[in-house]
Amino acid sequence: MEQKPQATPEDPAKLAQFQARIDAGESIEPKDWMPERYRKQLVRMMSQHAHSEIVGMLPEGNWITRAPSLRRKMSLLAKVQDEAGHGLYIYCGTETLGVDRAELVDQLLDGRAKYSSIFNYPTLSWADIGVIGWLVDGAAIVNQTVLAKASYGPYARAMIRICKEENFHKRQGFEIVATLAAGTPAQQAMVQDAVNRWWWPSLMMFGPSDTDSPNSAELLRWKVKHKTNDELRQRFVNLTVPQAIAVNLTLPDPDLTYNAETKNWEFGEIDWAEFHEVIRGNGPCNRERLAARRAAHENGRWVREAAEAHAAKQRRRSTEAA
Amino acid sequence: MTGPTVAAPRETPPANPLAEFLLRLGDDRLVLGHRLSEWCGHAPILEEDIALANIALDLVGQASAFLAAAGEAEGQGRTDDTLAYFRDEREFRNALLVERPNGDFAVTILRQFLFDAWSVLLLDALKTCGYAPLAAIAAKALKEATYHLRHSSEWVLRLGDGTDESHARAQRALDDLWRFTGELFQTDAVDEAVAGMGIRVDYAALRSRWNDMVSDVVKRATLALPADQPAATGGRRGRHSEYLGHMLAEMQSVARAHPGATW
Repeated sequence: MEQKPQATPEDPAKLAQFQARIDAGESIEPKDWMPERYRKQLVRMMSQHAHSEIVGMLPEGNWITRAPSLRRKMSLLAKVQDEAGHGLYIYCGTETLGVDRAELVDQLLDGRAKYSSIFNYPTLSWADIGVIGWLVDGAAIVNQTVLAKASYGPYARAMIRICKEENFHKRQGFEIVATLAAGTPAQQAMVQDAVNRWWWPSLMMFGPSDTDSPNSAELLRWKVKHKTNDELRQRFVNLTVPQAIAVNLTLPDPDLTYNAETKNWEFGEIDWAEFHEVIRGNGPCNRERLAARRAAHENGRWVREAAEAHAAKQRRRSTEAA
Repeated sequence: MTGPTVAAPRETPPANPLAEFLLRLGDDRLVLGHRLSEWCGHAPILEEDIALANIALDLVGQASAFLAAAGEAEGQGRTDDTLAYFRDEREFRNALLVERPNGDFAVTILRQFLFDAWSVLLLDALKTCGYAPLAAIAAKALKEATYHLRHSSEWVLRLGDGTDESHARAQRALDDLWRFTGELFQTDAVDEAVAGMGIRVDYAALRSRWNDMVSDVVKRATLALPADQPAATGGRRGRHSEYLGHMLAEMQSVARAHPGATW
Protein backbone atom coordinates (compact mmCIF):
# COMPACT_ATOMS: atom_id res chain seq x y z
CA MET A 1 0.00 0.00 0.00
CA GLU A 2 1.02 3.60 -0.54
CA GLN A 3 2.94 5.31 2.22
CA LYS A 4 3.43 8.99 2.74
CA PRO A 5 6.94 10.10 1.75
CA GLN A 6 9.09 10.39 4.84
CA ALA A 7 11.60 13.07 5.77
CA THR A 8 14.39 10.55 5.99
CA PRO A 9 13.82 7.53 3.78
CA GLU A 10 14.39 4.25 5.54
CA ASP A 11 17.53 2.33 4.66
CA PRO A 12 16.36 -0.46 2.29
CA ALA A 13 18.85 -2.92 3.73
CA LYS A 14 17.60 -2.28 7.26
CA LEU A 15 14.01 -2.56 6.09
CA ALA A 16 14.70 -5.90 4.47
CA GLN A 17 16.47 -7.12 7.57
CA PHE A 18 13.52 -5.98 9.70
CA GLN A 19 11.02 -7.76 7.48
CA ALA A 20 13.19 -10.90 7.61
CA ARG A 21 13.09 -10.85 11.41
CA ILE A 22 9.31 -10.45 11.31
CA ASP A 23 8.96 -13.27 8.80
CA ALA A 24 11.10 -15.50 10.99
CA GLY A 25 8.62 -14.85 13.83
CA GLU A 26 11.07 -12.89 15.97
CA SER A 27 9.80 -10.45 18.55
CA ILE A 28 10.73 -6.79 18.14
CA GLU A 29 11.93 -5.15 21.34
CA PRO A 30 12.04 -1.43 22.26
CA LYS A 31 15.75 -0.94 21.56
CA ASP A 32 15.69 -2.76 18.21
CA TRP A 33 15.71 -0.82 14.98
CA MET A 34 12.22 -0.48 13.50
CA PRO A 35 10.76 1.47 10.58
CA GLU A 36 9.32 4.81 11.66
CA ARG A 37 5.99 3.80 10.20
CA TYR A 38 5.94 0.60 12.33
CA ARG A 39 6.58 2.69 15.43
CA LYS A 40 3.78 5.06 14.48
CA GLN A 41 1.28 2.29 13.82
CA LEU A 42 2.06 0.73 17.18
CA VAL A 43 1.78 4.01 19.03
CA ARG A 44 -1.58 4.54 17.33
CA MET A 45 -2.91 1.08 18.18
CA MET A 46 -1.53 0.88 21.70
CA SER A 47 -2.61 4.37 22.70
CA GLN A 48 -6.08 3.79 21.24
CA HIS A 49 -6.23 0.65 23.30
CA ALA A 50 -5.13 2.44 26.48
CA HIS A 51 -7.59 5.30 25.88
CA SER A 52 -10.38 2.75 25.38
CA GLU A 53 -9.67 1.25 28.79
CA ILE A 54 -9.86 4.69 30.38
CA VAL A 55 -12.98 5.91 28.60
CA GLY A 56 -14.50 2.46 29.12
CA MET A 57 -14.52 3.12 32.87
CA LEU A 58 -17.27 5.72 32.37
CA PRO A 59 -20.19 3.67 31.00
CA GLU A 60 -19.55 0.93 33.55
CA GLY A 61 -18.86 3.37 36.37
CA ASN A 62 -22.34 4.69 35.64
CA TRP A 63 -23.77 1.57 37.35
CA ILE A 64 -21.35 0.98 40.23
CA THR A 65 -23.46 3.21 42.47
CA ARG A 66 -26.61 1.29 41.52
CA ALA A 67 -25.38 -2.31 41.41
CA PRO A 68 -28.25 -4.35 42.87
CA SER A 69 -26.25 -6.50 45.31
CA LEU A 70 -23.06 -6.05 47.29
CA ARG A 71 -21.40 -8.92 45.46
CA ARG A 72 -22.18 -7.32 42.08
CA LYS A 73 -21.03 -3.94 43.34
CA MET A 74 -17.71 -5.43 44.37
CA SER A 75 -17.15 -7.34 41.16
CA LEU A 76 -17.96 -4.27 39.07
CA LEU A 77 -15.59 -2.15 41.16
CA ALA A 78 -12.90 -4.78 40.68
CA LYS A 79 -13.55 -4.86 36.95
CA VAL A 80 -13.32 -1.11 36.50
CA GLN A 81 -10.19 -1.08 38.64
CA ASP A 82 -8.70 -3.74 36.34
CA GLU A 83 -9.50 -1.54 33.36
CA ALA A 84 -7.70 1.43 34.86
CA GLY A 85 -4.79 -0.93 35.48
CA HIS A 86 -4.84 -2.10 31.87
CA GLY A 87 -4.83 1.51 30.71
CA LEU A 88 -1.83 2.26 32.89
CA TYR A 89 -0.02 -0.86 31.74
CA ILE A 90 -0.54 -0.13 28.04
CA TYR A 91 0.43 3.54 28.46
CA CYS A 92 3.69 2.25 29.96
CA GLY A 93 4.05 -0.10 27.00
CA THR A 94 3.57 2.84 24.65
CA GLU A 95 6.27 4.77 26.49
CA THR A 96 8.77 2.12 25.30
CA LEU A 97 8.16 3.59 21.84
CA GLY A 98 9.26 7.03 23.00
CA VAL A 99 5.93 8.77 23.63
CA ASP A 100 5.03 9.72 27.16
CA ARG A 101 1.67 9.32 28.81
CA ALA A 102 1.00 13.03 29.30
CA GLU A 103 1.30 13.57 25.55
CA LEU A 104 -1.03 10.66 24.80
CA VAL A 105 -3.58 11.91 27.32
CA ASP A 106 -3.47 15.35 25.69
CA GLN A 107 -4.20 13.72 22.34
CA LEU A 108 -7.22 11.99 23.83
CA LEU A 109 -8.55 15.11 25.51
CA ASP A 110 -8.22 17.39 22.49
CA GLY A 111 -9.94 14.82 20.30
CA ARG A 112 -6.95 13.89 18.10
CA ALA A 113 -6.70 10.32 19.39
CA LYS A 114 -9.41 7.75 19.00
CA TYR A 115 -10.76 5.16 21.42
CA SER A 116 -13.11 2.26 20.92
CA SER A 117 -16.44 3.61 19.62
CA ILE A 118 -18.36 1.09 21.69
CA PHE A 119 -17.96 3.35 24.71
CA ASN A 120 -19.89 6.10 22.96
CA TYR A 121 -23.09 4.15 23.57
CA PRO A 122 -24.98 4.73 26.84
CA THR A 123 -25.52 2.16 29.60
CA LEU A 124 -29.26 2.34 30.26
CA SER A 125 -29.97 -0.52 32.63
CA TRP A 126 -28.20 -2.87 35.01
CA ALA A 127 -28.41 -5.55 32.31
CA ASP A 128 -26.04 -3.46 30.18
CA ILE A 129 -23.30 -4.29 32.67
CA GLY A 130 -23.78 -8.00 32.06
CA VAL A 131 -24.08 -7.59 28.31
CA ILE A 132 -20.96 -5.40 28.12
CA GLY A 133 -19.00 -8.08 29.98
CA TRP A 134 -20.33 -10.78 27.70
CA LEU A 135 -20.30 -9.08 24.28
CA VAL A 136 -17.86 -6.18 24.56
CA ASP A 137 -15.24 -7.98 26.62
CA GLY A 138 -15.94 -11.06 24.52
CA ALA A 139 -15.17 -9.14 21.32
CA ALA A 140 -12.10 -7.56 22.92
CA ILE A 141 -10.80 -11.02 23.84
CA VAL A 142 -11.16 -12.26 20.25
CA ASN A 143 -9.10 -9.26 19.13
CA GLN A 144 -6.57 -9.41 21.90
CA THR A 145 -5.93 -13.15 21.76
CA VAL A 146 -4.54 -12.53 18.28
CA LEU A 147 -2.70 -9.38 19.37
CA ALA A 148 -0.97 -11.47 22.03
CA LYS A 149 1.07 -12.84 19.10
CA ALA A 150 1.86 -9.35 17.78
CA SER A 151 5.44 -8.83 16.61
CA TYR A 152 6.10 -6.01 19.08
CA GLY A 153 7.16 -7.71 22.32
CA PRO A 154 5.86 -5.23 24.92
CA TYR A 155 2.43 -5.11 23.28
CA ALA A 156 2.20 -8.89 22.95
CA ARG A 157 3.16 -9.40 26.58
CA ALA A 158 0.67 -6.79 27.75
CA MET A 159 -2.05 -8.57 25.79
CA ILE A 160 -1.29 -11.95 27.37
CA ARG A 161 -1.67 -10.51 30.83
CA ILE A 162 -4.72 -8.42 29.97
CA CYS A 163 -6.49 -11.32 28.22
CA LYS A 164 -6.44 -13.34 31.43
CA GLU A 165 -8.36 -10.63 33.26
CA GLU A 166 -10.68 -9.97 30.33
CA ASN A 167 -11.64 -13.65 30.30
CA PHE A 168 -12.61 -13.32 33.91
CA HIS A 169 -14.68 -10.21 33.12
CA LYS A 170 -16.40 -11.99 30.29
CA ARG A 171 -17.34 -14.92 32.53
CA GLN A 172 -18.71 -12.51 35.12
CA GLY A 173 -20.68 -10.66 32.45
CA PHE A 174 -22.15 -13.85 31.05
CA GLU A 175 -23.07 -14.94 34.56
CA ILE A 176 -25.02 -11.70 35.05
CA VAL A 177 -26.73 -12.23 31.68
CA ALA A 178 -27.60 -15.85 32.47
CA THR A 179 -28.98 -14.86 35.88
CA LEU A 180 -31.19 -12.16 34.39
CA ALA A 181 -32.29 -14.39 31.53
CA ALA A 182 -33.46 -16.96 34.08
CA GLY A 183 -34.98 -14.28 36.32
CA THR A 184 -38.32 -12.48 36.59
CA PRO A 185 -40.15 -11.40 33.41
CA ALA A 186 -38.93 -7.84 34.04
CA GLN A 187 -35.32 -9.03 34.31
CA GLN A 188 -35.68 -11.09 31.14
CA ALA A 189 -37.05 -8.09 29.26
CA MET A 190 -34.24 -5.93 30.63
CA VAL A 191 -31.50 -8.26 29.42
CA GLN A 192 -33.07 -8.84 26.01
CA ASP A 193 -33.32 -5.09 25.52
CA ALA A 194 -29.66 -4.70 26.44
CA VAL A 195 -28.63 -7.40 23.97
CA ASN A 196 -30.69 -5.71 21.27
CA ARG A 197 -28.87 -2.43 21.82
CA TRP A 198 -25.31 -3.81 22.17
CA TRP A 199 -25.23 -6.54 19.52
CA TRP A 200 -24.51 -4.43 16.45
CA PRO A 201 -22.09 -2.01 18.14
CA SER A 202 -20.19 -5.10 19.37
CA LEU A 203 -19.80 -6.34 15.80
CA MET A 204 -18.53 -2.89 14.83
CA MET A 205 -15.73 -3.23 17.40
CA PHE A 206 -13.74 -5.25 14.85
CA GLY A 207 -13.41 -2.18 12.68
CA PRO A 208 -14.24 -1.56 9.04
CA SER A 209 -14.75 -4.38 6.60
CA ASP A 210 -11.58 -5.77 4.98
CA THR A 211 -12.53 -4.07 1.73
CA ASP A 212 -12.41 -0.71 3.54
CA SER A 213 -9.56 -1.11 6.06
CA PRO A 214 -6.69 1.28 5.31
CA ASN A 215 -4.20 -0.12 7.83
CA SER A 216 -4.77 -3.84 7.51
CA ALA A 217 -2.31 -4.86 4.78
CA GLU A 218 0.63 -3.18 6.42
CA LEU A 219 -0.23 -4.47 9.89
CA LEU A 220 -0.58 -8.02 8.58
CA ARG A 221 2.76 -7.80 6.74
CA TRP A 222 4.45 -6.68 9.96
CA LYS A 223 2.57 -9.32 11.93
CA VAL A 224 1.13 -6.75 14.28
CA LYS A 225 -2.14 -8.31 13.22
CA HIS A 226 -2.51 -11.96 12.28
CA LYS A 227 -6.14 -11.99 11.18
CA THR A 228 -8.28 -9.51 9.26
CA ASN A 229 -11.15 -7.58 10.81
CA ASP A 230 -13.74 -9.70 9.02
CA GLU A 231 -12.10 -12.96 10.06
CA LEU A 232 -12.12 -11.90 13.70
CA ARG A 233 -15.69 -10.62 13.49
CA GLN A 234 -16.82 -13.97 12.09
CA ARG A 235 -14.97 -15.82 14.83
CA PHE A 236 -16.74 -13.69 17.44
CA VAL A 237 -20.18 -14.31 15.92
CA ASN A 238 -19.51 -18.05 15.76
CA LEU A 239 -18.50 -18.09 19.42
CA THR A 240 -21.35 -15.91 20.64
CA VAL A 241 -24.45 -17.21 18.86
CA PRO A 242 -24.42 -20.58 20.68
CA GLN A 243 -24.03 -18.72 23.98
CA ALA A 244 -27.12 -16.63 23.21
CA ILE A 245 -29.03 -19.79 22.37
CA ALA A 246 -27.88 -21.40 25.63
CA VAL A 247 -29.50 -18.66 27.71
CA ASN A 248 -32.55 -18.32 25.53
CA LEU A 249 -31.86 -14.84 24.18
CA THR A 250 -32.42 -13.69 20.62
CA LEU A 251 -30.04 -11.58 18.55
CA PRO A 252 -31.51 -8.64 16.60
CA ASP A 253 -30.57 -9.85 13.11
CA PRO A 254 -33.22 -11.54 10.93
CA ASP A 255 -30.49 -12.68 8.51
CA LEU A 256 -28.58 -14.67 11.09
CA THR A 257 -28.34 -18.24 9.70
CA TYR A 258 -26.03 -21.18 10.15
CA ASN A 259 -24.15 -22.33 7.09
CA ALA A 260 -23.46 -26.02 7.62
CA GLU A 261 -20.88 -26.08 4.87
CA THR A 262 -18.65 -23.27 6.14
CA LYS A 263 -19.72 -23.85 9.77
CA ASN A 264 -20.18 -20.10 10.02
CA TRP A 265 -23.08 -18.16 11.47
CA GLU A 266 -23.75 -15.76 8.60
CA PHE A 267 -25.04 -12.36 9.62
CA GLY A 268 -26.72 -9.36 8.05
CA GLU A 269 -25.14 -6.13 6.85
CA ILE A 270 -23.61 -3.85 9.46
CA ASP A 271 -24.90 -0.28 9.39
CA TRP A 272 -21.65 1.28 8.19
CA ALA A 273 -23.19 4.75 8.11
CA GLU A 274 -23.72 4.52 11.87
CA PHE A 275 -20.21 3.11 12.31
CA HIS A 276 -18.65 6.10 10.56
CA GLU A 277 -20.88 8.64 12.27
CA VAL A 278 -19.87 7.39 15.73
CA ILE A 279 -16.18 7.51 14.75
CA ARG A 280 -16.68 11.06 13.51
CA GLY A 281 -17.90 12.06 16.96
CA ASN A 282 -21.64 11.86 16.43
CA GLY A 283 -22.46 8.83 18.54
CA PRO A 284 -24.92 9.09 21.42
CA CYS A 285 -22.25 9.81 24.08
CA ASN A 286 -19.07 11.00 22.34
CA ARG A 287 -19.36 14.50 23.72
CA GLU A 288 -20.26 13.37 27.23
CA ARG A 289 -17.37 10.92 27.40
CA LEU A 290 -14.77 13.46 26.35
CA ALA A 291 -16.34 16.13 28.55
CA ALA A 292 -16.12 13.77 31.54
CA ARG A 293 -12.47 12.98 30.86
CA ARG A 294 -11.65 16.65 30.36
CA ALA A 295 -13.43 17.62 33.56
CA ALA A 296 -11.52 14.95 35.52
CA HIS A 297 -8.27 16.21 34.02
CA GLU A 298 -9.01 19.89 34.68
CA ASN A 299 -10.41 19.34 38.18
CA GLY A 300 -7.40 17.20 39.01
CA ARG A 301 -4.79 19.66 37.82
CA TRP A 302 -4.23 21.24 41.24
CA VAL A 303 -3.84 17.76 42.75
CA ARG A 304 -1.16 16.75 40.24
CA GLU A 305 0.60 20.07 40.77
CA ALA A 306 0.51 19.53 44.53
CA ALA A 307 2.02 16.05 44.17
CA GLU A 308 4.82 17.43 41.97
CA ALA A 309 5.49 20.36 44.29
CA HIS A 310 5.61 18.06 47.29
CA ALA A 311 7.97 15.64 45.56
CA ALA A 312 10.26 18.55 44.60
CA LYS A 313 10.31 19.76 48.21
CA GLN A 314 11.16 16.27 49.40
CA ARG A 315 14.02 16.01 46.91
CA ARG A 316 15.36 19.38 47.99
CA ARG A 317 15.19 18.38 51.65
CA SER A 318 17.02 15.12 51.09
CA THR A 319 19.74 16.92 49.10
CA GLU A 320 20.12 19.52 51.85
CA ALA A 321 20.30 16.79 54.48
CA ALA A 322 22.98 14.90 52.54
CA MET B 1 -60.72 9.43 84.12
CA THR B 2 -57.58 8.61 82.10
CA GLY B 3 -57.04 10.10 78.67
CA PRO B 4 -54.81 8.70 75.93
CA THR B 5 -51.18 8.18 76.98
CA VAL B 6 -49.06 10.92 75.51
CA ALA B 7 -45.92 10.71 77.65
CA ALA B 8 -43.27 8.42 76.12
CA PRO B 9 -39.56 7.73 76.66
CA ARG B 10 -37.15 10.19 75.00
CA GLU B 11 -35.33 7.34 73.26
CA THR B 12 -36.22 3.73 72.66
CA PRO B 13 -33.10 1.66 73.34
CA PRO B 14 -32.20 -0.80 70.56
CA ALA B 15 -33.70 -4.23 71.13
CA ASN B 16 -30.54 -6.04 70.05
CA PRO B 17 -27.35 -4.17 71.01
CA LEU B 18 -25.00 -6.68 69.36
CA ALA B 19 -26.79 -6.43 66.01
CA GLU B 20 -26.86 -2.66 66.43
CA PHE B 21 -23.12 -2.50 67.12
CA LEU B 22 -22.38 -4.60 64.03
CA LEU B 23 -24.71 -2.46 61.90
CA ARG B 24 -22.74 0.63 62.87
CA LEU B 25 -19.52 -1.00 61.74
CA GLY B 26 -21.10 -2.20 58.52
CA ASP B 27 -22.91 1.01 57.63
CA ASP B 28 -19.81 3.19 58.13
CA ARG B 29 -17.97 1.12 55.56
CA LEU B 30 -20.85 0.70 53.14
CA VAL B 31 -21.55 4.42 52.97
CA LEU B 32 -17.89 5.44 52.73
CA GLY B 33 -17.18 2.72 50.15
CA HIS B 34 -20.10 3.94 48.11
CA ARG B 35 -18.91 7.54 48.30
CA LEU B 36 -15.45 6.52 47.07
CA SER B 37 -16.96 4.51 44.23
CA GLU B 38 -18.58 7.72 42.98
CA TRP B 39 -15.07 8.84 41.95
CA CYS B 40 -14.68 6.01 39.49
CA GLY B 41 -13.43 7.36 36.16
CA HIS B 42 -13.20 10.93 37.47
CA ALA B 43 -10.08 10.88 39.69
CA PRO B 44 -7.26 13.43 39.26
CA ILE B 45 -4.82 10.79 37.98
CA LEU B 46 -5.15 7.26 36.75
CA GLU B 47 -3.25 5.87 39.74
CA GLU B 48 -5.91 7.38 42.02
CA ASP B 49 -8.74 5.89 39.96
CA ILE B 50 -7.14 2.56 40.77
CA ALA B 51 -6.44 3.34 44.42
CA LEU B 52 -9.88 4.79 45.21
CA ALA B 53 -11.66 1.90 43.49
CA ASN B 54 -9.47 -0.51 45.41
CA ILE B 55 -10.23 1.11 48.76
CA ALA B 56 -13.95 1.28 47.90
CA LEU B 57 -13.83 -2.42 47.10
CA ASP B 58 -12.19 -3.24 50.44
CA LEU B 59 -14.72 -1.15 52.34
CA VAL B 60 -17.74 -2.67 50.62
CA GLY B 61 -16.25 -6.10 51.31
CA GLN B 62 -15.86 -5.24 54.99
CA ALA B 63 -19.40 -3.85 55.04
CA SER B 64 -20.72 -7.07 53.58
CA ALA B 65 -19.00 -9.09 56.33
CA PHE B 66 -20.18 -6.82 59.17
CA LEU B 67 -23.74 -6.62 57.83
CA ALA B 68 -23.94 -10.38 57.39
CA ALA B 69 -22.81 -10.74 61.02
CA ALA B 70 -25.41 -8.15 62.06
CA GLY B 71 -28.10 -10.15 60.27
CA GLU B 72 -26.98 -13.31 62.06
CA ALA B 73 -26.96 -11.57 65.41
CA GLU B 74 -30.42 -10.18 64.73
CA GLY B 75 -31.70 -13.65 63.85
CA GLN B 76 -34.54 -12.57 61.57
CA GLY B 77 -33.14 -13.89 58.35
CA ARG B 78 -31.91 -10.56 57.00
CA THR B 79 -28.78 -10.88 54.83
CA ASP B 80 -26.09 -8.30 54.08
CA ASP B 81 -28.00 -7.41 50.90
CA THR B 82 -31.37 -7.03 52.63
CA LEU B 83 -29.75 -4.78 55.17
CA ALA B 84 -27.92 -2.72 52.54
CA TYR B 85 -30.75 -2.36 50.06
CA PHE B 86 -33.99 -2.51 52.00
CA ARG B 87 -33.51 -0.17 54.93
CA ASP B 88 -34.45 3.51 54.83
CA GLU B 89 -32.15 6.31 55.89
CA ARG B 90 -33.56 6.43 59.42
CA GLU B 91 -32.46 2.81 59.86
CA PHE B 92 -28.87 3.45 58.80
CA ARG B 93 -26.37 3.65 61.65
CA ASN B 94 -23.28 5.15 60.03
CA ALA B 95 -21.45 8.13 61.50
CA LEU B 96 -22.20 11.46 59.81
CA LEU B 97 -18.58 11.84 58.68
CA VAL B 98 -18.77 9.09 56.05
CA GLU B 99 -21.92 10.39 54.35
CA ARG B 100 -20.37 13.82 53.65
CA PRO B 101 -20.36 14.41 49.89
CA ASN B 102 -17.06 13.84 48.07
CA GLY B 103 -16.43 17.53 47.46
CA ASP B 104 -13.05 18.12 45.88
CA PHE B 105 -10.19 15.64 46.19
CA ALA B 106 -9.05 17.33 49.40
CA VAL B 107 -12.40 16.71 51.10
CA THR B 108 -12.37 13.08 49.98
CA ILE B 109 -8.81 12.57 51.23
CA LEU B 110 -9.26 14.33 54.56
CA ARG B 111 -12.54 12.49 55.21
CA GLN B 112 -10.72 9.25 54.43
CA PHE B 113 -7.74 10.09 56.59
CA LEU B 114 -9.83 11.01 59.65
CA PHE B 115 -11.83 7.80 59.20
CA ASP B 116 -8.85 5.53 58.45
CA ALA B 117 -6.92 6.61 61.55
CA TRP B 118 -9.98 5.85 63.68
CA SER B 119 -10.78 2.62 61.86
CA VAL B 120 -7.25 1.22 62.28
CA LEU B 121 -7.37 1.84 66.04
CA LEU B 122 -10.89 0.49 66.46
CA LEU B 123 -10.26 -2.65 64.40
CA ASP B 124 -7.04 -3.23 66.30
CA ALA B 125 -9.03 -3.19 69.54
CA LEU B 126 -11.80 -5.39 68.13
CA LYS B 127 -9.51 -8.07 66.73
CA THR B 128 -8.94 -9.41 70.23
CA CYS B 129 -12.50 -8.96 71.47
CA GLY B 130 -14.43 -11.78 73.07
CA TYR B 131 -16.97 -12.21 70.27
CA ALA B 132 -15.20 -14.51 67.82
CA PRO B 133 -17.09 -13.69 64.57
CA LEU B 134 -16.37 -9.98 65.08
CA ALA B 135 -12.73 -10.56 66.03
CA ALA B 136 -12.17 -12.50 62.81
CA ILE B 137 -13.66 -9.82 60.56
CA ALA B 138 -11.75 -7.09 62.40
CA ALA B 139 -8.42 -8.89 62.02
CA LYS B 140 -8.86 -9.19 58.27
CA ALA B 141 -10.19 -5.64 57.86
CA LEU B 142 -7.32 -4.22 59.92
CA LYS B 143 -4.79 -5.29 57.29
CA GLU B 144 -6.72 -3.40 54.62
CA ALA B 145 -7.34 -0.36 56.83
CA THR B 146 -3.61 -0.09 57.55
CA TYR B 147 -2.96 0.23 53.84
CA HIS B 148 -5.80 2.74 53.46
CA LEU B 149 -4.35 4.88 56.25
CA ARG B 150 -0.93 4.88 54.59
CA HIS B 151 -2.51 5.99 51.32
CA SER B 152 -4.62 8.77 52.84
CA SER B 153 -1.79 9.99 55.13
CA GLU B 154 0.57 10.29 52.17
CA TRP B 155 -1.99 12.35 50.31
CA VAL B 156 -2.61 14.62 53.31
CA LEU B 157 1.14 15.31 53.30
CA ARG B 158 1.20 15.98 49.56
CA LEU B 159 -1.81 18.28 49.63
CA GLY B 160 -0.88 20.10 52.85
CA ASP B 161 2.76 20.52 51.92
CA GLY B 162 2.24 20.92 48.16
CA THR B 163 1.18 24.19 46.55
CA ASP B 164 -0.57 27.18 48.12
CA GLU B 165 -3.80 26.11 46.49
CA SER B 166 -3.62 22.51 47.69
CA HIS B 167 -2.67 23.68 51.18
CA ALA B 168 -5.69 26.00 51.32
CA ARG B 169 -8.03 23.31 50.05
CA ALA B 170 -6.70 20.72 52.51
CA GLN B 171 -7.01 23.15 55.42
CA ARG B 172 -10.56 24.06 54.42
CA ALA B 173 -11.50 20.38 54.18
CA LEU B 174 -9.99 19.64 57.59
CA ASP B 175 -11.80 22.60 59.15
CA ASP B 176 -15.13 21.59 57.58
CA LEU B 177 -14.89 17.94 58.58
CA TRP B 178 -13.54 18.36 62.08
CA ARG B 179 -16.92 18.67 63.79
CA PHE B 180 -17.90 15.22 62.49
CA THR B 181 -15.02 13.45 64.23
CA GLY B 182 -16.40 13.66 67.78
CA GLU B 183 -19.20 11.25 66.94
CA LEU B 184 -16.65 8.50 66.24
CA PHE B 185 -15.75 8.37 69.94
CA GLN B 186 -19.20 8.78 71.46
CA THR B 187 -20.52 5.89 73.47
CA ASP B 188 -24.06 5.00 74.42
CA ALA B 189 -26.13 2.14 75.84
CA VAL B 190 -25.19 -0.08 72.89
CA ASP B 191 -21.50 0.10 73.76
CA GLU B 192 -22.26 -0.61 77.40
CA ALA B 193 -24.38 -3.61 76.49
CA VAL B 194 -21.83 -5.19 74.12
CA ALA B 195 -19.07 -4.67 76.69
CA GLY B 196 -20.93 -7.28 78.69
CA MET B 197 -20.50 -9.68 75.76
CA GLY B 198 -16.74 -9.23 75.69
CA ILE B 199 -16.66 -6.39 73.17
CA ARG B 200 -14.84 -3.78 75.20
CA VAL B 201 -13.35 -0.72 73.58
CA ASP B 202 -11.64 1.97 75.66
CA TYR B 203 -12.85 4.95 73.64
CA ALA B 204 -11.05 7.50 75.81
CA ALA B 205 -7.71 5.80 75.16
CA LEU B 206 -8.63 5.36 71.52
CA ARG B 207 -9.38 9.05 71.19
CA SER B 208 -6.11 10.03 72.74
CA ARG B 209 -4.14 7.78 70.35
CA TRP B 210 -6.20 9.04 67.42
CA ASN B 211 -5.41 12.63 68.40
CA ASP B 212 -1.69 11.82 68.44
CA MET B 213 -1.81 10.09 65.05
CA VAL B 214 -3.85 12.82 63.42
CA SER B 215 -1.85 15.68 64.97
CA ASP B 216 1.40 14.14 63.79
CA VAL B 217 0.33 13.91 60.15
CA VAL B 218 -1.44 17.26 60.20
CA LYS B 219 1.68 18.91 61.61
CA ARG B 220 3.99 17.29 59.06
CA ALA B 221 1.57 18.41 56.35
CA THR B 222 2.05 21.99 57.64
CA LEU B 223 -1.69 22.20 58.37
CA ALA B 224 -3.29 23.55 61.52
CA LEU B 225 -5.38 21.38 63.79
CA PRO B 226 -8.84 22.97 64.11
CA ALA B 227 -9.97 24.18 67.50
CA ASP B 228 -12.35 21.95 69.43
CA GLN B 229 -15.94 22.56 68.50
CA PRO B 230 -19.31 21.00 69.34
CA ALA B 231 -19.58 17.59 67.73
CA ALA B 232 -22.21 16.99 65.06
CA THR B 233 -23.88 13.71 65.98
CA GLY B 234 -26.98 11.67 65.33
CA GLY B 235 -25.87 9.08 62.78
CA ARG B 236 -25.70 6.25 65.30
CA ARG B 237 -29.40 6.81 66.06
CA GLY B 238 -30.37 7.15 62.42
CA ARG B 239 -30.56 10.94 62.46
CA HIS B 240 -28.56 11.80 59.38
CA SER B 241 -27.80 14.75 57.20
CA GLU B 242 -29.97 15.34 54.15
CA TYR B 243 -27.24 13.86 51.95
CA LEU B 244 -27.72 10.24 52.96
CA GLY B 245 -31.24 9.85 51.58
CA HIS B 246 -30.13 10.85 48.09
CA MET B 247 -27.22 8.46 48.21
CA LEU B 248 -29.47 5.59 49.28
CA ALA B 249 -32.12 6.46 46.69
CA GLU B 250 -29.48 5.91 44.02
CA MET B 251 -27.82 2.91 45.62
CA GLN B 252 -31.06 1.04 46.28
CA SER B 253 -32.96 1.98 43.11
CA VAL B 254 -32.49 -1.21 41.08
CA ALA B 255 -32.81 -3.62 44.00
CA ARG B 256 -36.02 -1.94 45.18
CA ALA B 257 -37.59 -1.83 41.74
CA HIS B 258 -37.35 -5.63 41.64
CA PRO B 259 -38.02 -6.89 45.17
CA GLY B 260 -37.36 -10.59 45.56
CA ALA B 261 -35.30 -10.81 42.37
CA THR B 262 -31.96 -12.64 42.23
CA TRP B 263 -29.01 -10.82 40.71
